[in-house]
Amino acid sequence: MSDITKQSLSELVENIKSKKLSSSEVTKAFVERSEKSKELNAYITEDYANALNKAKKFDEKPNLDLKLPGIPMAVKDLFCTRDLRTTAGSKILNNFVPTYESTVTQNIWNEGAILMGKLNCDEFAMGSSNETSFFGNVQNPIDKNLVPGGSSGGSSSAVAAQLTPITIGTDTGGSIRQPASFTGTVGLKPTYGSCSRYGIVAFASSLDQAGPMAQNVKDCALLQEVISTYDEKDSTSIDFKRNNYSKELTKDIKGKKIGIPKEYRVDGMPKEIEDLWKKGIEYVKDCGADIIDISLPHTNYALPTYYIVAPAEASSNLARYDGVKYGFRAEGENLIDMYEKTRSEGFGAEVQRRIMIGTYVLSSGYYDAYYLKAQKVRKLIKNDFDEAYKKVDAILTPSTPSSAFKIGEKTNDPVSMYLNDIFTVPVNLAGLPGISIPAGHDAKGYPLGLQIIGKAFDEQNILNIAYAMEEKINFKNNINDWWIK
Amino acid sequence: MSIDLKTIKHISKLSRISVDEKKAEKLAGDLNSIFDFIEKLNELKTDNIEPLTSVAETTLKLRSDEVKSKNLRDQVIKNSPKENEDYFVVPKVIE
Repeated sequence: MSDITKQSLSELVENIKSKKLSSSEVTKAFVERSEKSKELNAYITEDYANALNKAKKFDEKPNLDLKLPGIPMAVKDLFCTRDLRTTAGSKILNNFVPTYESTVTQNIWNEGAILMGKLNCDEFAMGSSNETSFFGNVQNPIDKNLVPGGSSGGSSSAVAAQLTPITIGTDTGGSIRQPASFTGTVGLKPTYGSCSRYGIVAFASSLDQAGPMAQNVKDCALLQEVISTYDEKDSTSIDFKRNNYSKELTKDIKGKKIGIPKEYRVDGMPKEIEDLWKKGIEYVKDCGADIIDISLPHTNYALPTYYIVAPAEASSNLARYDGVKYGFRAEGENLIDMYEKTRSEGFGAEVQRRIMIGTYVLSSGYYDAYYLKAQKVRKLIKNDFDEAYKKVDAILTPSTPSSAFKIGEKTNDPVSMYLNDIFTVPVNLAGLPGISIPAGHDAKGYPLGLQIIGKAFDEQNILNIAYAMEEKINFKNNINDWWIK
Repeated sequence: MSIDLKTIKHISKLSRISVDEKKAEKLAGDLNSIFDFIEKLNELKTDNIEPLTSVAETTLKLRSDEVKSKNLRDQVIKNSPKENEDYFVVPKVIE
């Protein structure tokens, strides 16, 4: 069967189940395409030989009742994978080989999928362009020299370029939805507590969530169904009734109330984004949903709040990298000198910057002025959403304030880089689910995304709205395989 | 607000990240522009607002106190940059 890599996850699952394709054929096709795509730099660690072996083993005794039977998959290098190097995009974990498996990836392998390799990301998931990775930036398959977004940039690039049928990323302030938007793919950030954080390299523990990144909404729903489980190994994992997201997926969203928050019309937003949003509103109306104007008055305070809360938690989480128990060590004259040199040489500039911000806002004399203040504003932001959800079932916004930018364009200005996450950060602060779907192109032909934000634990509803919109939008990605010689 | 080089040195010490003069100057510039941006929060009056510490509104679950993973010594030591028999090795701390 030709063009295996052009098939969606759902098609591949169906073809393996009906024995039209074997796992070996599928795995070989994705491995070959990945090997021809090194220029994208989407992978940090390849595990192709093992993947092909596992596929062969699967075919010898195929269990076709599984949800991901013999499906090859590469995952973001923030998920610990037993016996396969896990770097978090950092020099400090360059030689780290986990002796345990993250719950989310274990759930995926339990359903029959096969690990192909680990995908590039911003260092410790701190970035919006994949340029902070120790392993170099990633090319966006849409256009050479364009960032794929971040921090899950290797993941978005690999899905858009069809190096993997589907993947997982993590999202602390937009790290799934922004790269999905930049590459014309679908990315879901689930409700906080939906997917276990066990075995995911920690960035900001009160915000981090894993989620699927896919070519379409149906595939996204299927993977969410697999990865979302209650896990006693994560003390913030929440035991709620999870849907069979892919089975219960419906395009019937008649009568759903969709909120349009006026505060998301930010100053300087390109007209293209404004137009896309208007088009999105027309699409949901066409599907029979009702549009309701709402207000989220504290939207403008979300980014400043995030840039206190996230670095504070990061500075605390990253204190564990001391050159003693695992990871990189720089030798020093004494213990303190060793710590300081290890962390100075092992962490990149953006990570050091955030550790410094976090340390400062938590330090004696500043805690109340910054950290406590931010936690209070975080409450106001969450209250805004609680208030809005008394009137609406979901909220529709743009995913990002612009399309993908050029590599190097924003690296010297941290604040302009941070502004990328203006529409996605409030969702993490409130712990809500949000999905980005490709909804159109700008004048340069680069993809643009729309975001649907749901109530907590209401993933099914936003997946349904996305599914209905997807059909109306009928988005086509313009990818010409420029990197394949 | 302004973060000076002295403050940078202080934070660098607390963070256990060594910085030389050149790096300290760059960091001071970056942190000042970031804190200018963060200062926006002072526009809001928050005296009577409860801080939000977790969005997951659940109480921590109790579990029985049982050992579930055993004999992990080799796994724990496996990724150590320097070890001797069953110990992590660090520079000498007692003269």
